[in-house]
Amino acid sequence: MTTTTQAAATQAATTQAAQSERETVLTVTDLVVSYYTDAGRAKALDKVNLTLKAGEKIGLVGESGSGKSTMALAMMRMIKAPGRIEAGNVVVGDIDLMSLSDKDMLQARLSQIAYIPQGAMNSLNPVTRIGSQLVDAMKAHTKDVSKEEMKERAIAALESVELKPEVFKMYAHELSGGMKQRVCIAIGILLEPKVIIADEPTSALDVVTQRQVMETINRIQEQIGAAVILIGHDMGLMAQSMDKVAVMYAGRLVEVSTVREMFTDPKHPYSQALIRSLPKLEEKGVFEGIPGMAPSLLRLPNGCAFHPRCRDVMDHCKTTRPENQVLTGGRRVTCHLYAEENEKAVA
Amino acid sequence: MAPLLEFKNVSKIYNPGKDETVALDNLSFTLKEEEPTILTVAGESGSGKTTLAMLLLGFISATHGQILYKGKDIDNLRGKEKVAFRKEVQAVFQDPFAVFNPFYTVDHLLEVPINRFKIASNKHEAREKMNEALTAVGLQPDEILGRYPHQLSGGQRQRINIARALIMRPKILIADEPVSMVDASLRANILETLQVLQKDYGVSIIYITHDLTTAFHIADSIMVLYRGSVMEAGGVDEVIKTPQHPYTQLLVDSIPWPDLNRRWGQTDLVPSEDSVIGTGCKFYSRCPHAMDVCKSRPGLFQLEPYQTASCYLYKDKPELKTEALSSVLPV
Repeated sequence: MTTTTQAAATQAATTQAAQSERETVLTVTDLVVSYYTDAGRAKALDKVNLTLKAGEKIGLVGESGSGKSTMALAMMRMIKAPGRIEAGNVVVGDIDLMSLSDKDMLQARLSQIAYIPQGAMNSLNPVTRIGSQLVDAMKAHTKDVSKEEMKERAIAALESVELKPEVFKMYAHELSGGMKQRVCIAIGILLEPKVIIADEPTSALDVVTQRQVMETINRIQEQIGAAVILIGHDMGLMAQSMDKVAVMYAGRLVEVSTVREMFTDPKHPYSQALIRSLPKLEEKGVFEGIPGMAPSLLRLPNGCAFHPRCRDVMDHCKTTRPENQVLTGGRRVTCHLYAEENEKAVA
Repeated sequence: MAPLLEFKNVSKIYNPGKDETVALDNLSFTLKEEEPTILTVAGESGSGKTTLAMLLLGFISATHGQILYKGKDIDNLRGKEKVAFRKEVQAVFQDPFAVFNPFYTVDHLLEVPINRFKIASNKHEAREKMNEALTAVGLQPDEILGRYPHQLSGGQRQRINIARALIMRPKILIADEPVSMVDASLRANILETLQVLQKDYGVSIIYITHDLTTAFHIADSIMVLYRGSVMEAGGVDEVIKTPQHPYTQLLVDSIPWPDLNRRWGQTDLVPSEDSVIGTGCKFYSRCPHAMDVCKSRPGLFQLEPYQTASCYLYKDKPELKTEALSSVLPV
């Protein structure tokens, strides 16, 4: 770990601590994940840092292939070959996940950190009842829970996502998409984890069901006080239900801001382009896409990975990679535009 | 002259009998060739929007009613007329990752329809048509041709699908959720492409979606379906800015606007799976305004020149015949 990023991380932590007394439940430091393919090494995550407090909700946005799902899998230690976690720490509560044995990691999943994968609703087993899938999840990830208590907990979890207790005895095909998605959320909260990661939980649902699922996630999150990471690319959803937004581009977090800052004053040119591309009710028929396409992780451009598409590109963006820096107020941006401002702030 | 497309009291009933599902219930509307337009068909899953697309493409037949293309029932088209219909009514589907054969290059995908419909007389002309169509959808032909699907992004693939449809010089394009699987940042580009098709190439587009935000931006008119019936229809400005039917109000209220000053509403949600479809209004069991009179099915009431709702809240307004639905759809 470099000293600058370490200092930045501490500074961010202190500013946030001043705002809230809540304990930090998740600290990700300098996480690096690579995929080794025949065509070469793809750096899917490049020194990602993230801190979350209990009860905090953060949205992780970015284009397909920017590393959002890799980040979720890495936090769960579920990266499979040819991928490899090459560096970094993930600390949940006071447990360093990277130092756990495989067996202890299995226990930590679901009880410390839960992951609701993309398209989870299609991952329910079609030939076993919903109830036994919930009980199975508990059996795999905890000890010392009696059979009766497991059933009670499963039904309580179903009720907390507004499903009737009868669902316990039903099969997946008897449920609608929104109900299946809520079953998956129920599985995620069975053991009251400190961190819940939901990967595009509503992308296949219509707006009304989507709102219902998001309201369920928010209510439960308040009940058990967990931190939530919502992965998605719908900025509208982030605006409606998250506290903070982290923008990912080509494996790096280019900006972490509160929702209000992100929508009123985005800092990174990519965040700005994202915000500009959103449809507005006032300007009908005006579209502003982001020119160019996301770079391949195998052949990242020199310097800043966003420079070929950036409207504020400067000469040194083409040669020097910007470092992640903390602006006044605790916002974090990875862009040369703010280097001077930061130096002034430090001085 | 007969209109380009005419739905005449079209119903589609799956599994007729005791357990029947009415996927589309007595729908009538027309599209005129001289007035190309973008018509949105909106609704949640199970509202009948995809059934409508399947009917229009001739993949399934209507249970009742008729679908006329240039005055002829599409079920009775034969020979040359059928080929012309297939050429002039094109579709773009939801999933740009599922529709490509991974073993063929983009060239092949575009050549097949050119050969099948004899659109070009020689290879040189075929190449020109391909270049023209790709340029029209905002792609660089030399960057795209010769590539395999896995080398392209979702947004590029979806634009290639639109280009393929465009080569046919269609009169009608059915776009079934064309942007729901594409990154938000690329949606704008695809929607813009659709708009160009309508304006510059005179193609009428039936835009099927559950996303009212994008509908608002590209469409002229909108039809909101719920369980196969039209709940509200009219101009996009009228229907989305001032929704009158309780169902449309719920939909508009649930749009996650990327705007901190426009929060999700507070209306209580009744999950659709708990709803019962009786003989009355289909939205009855979820409706916050449900009244006794709603136990019989409401007709369409005309609220504004370009807005109609099927709801007894507006029973004092003049009734609009089902067949006259198109009169409230601006082009």
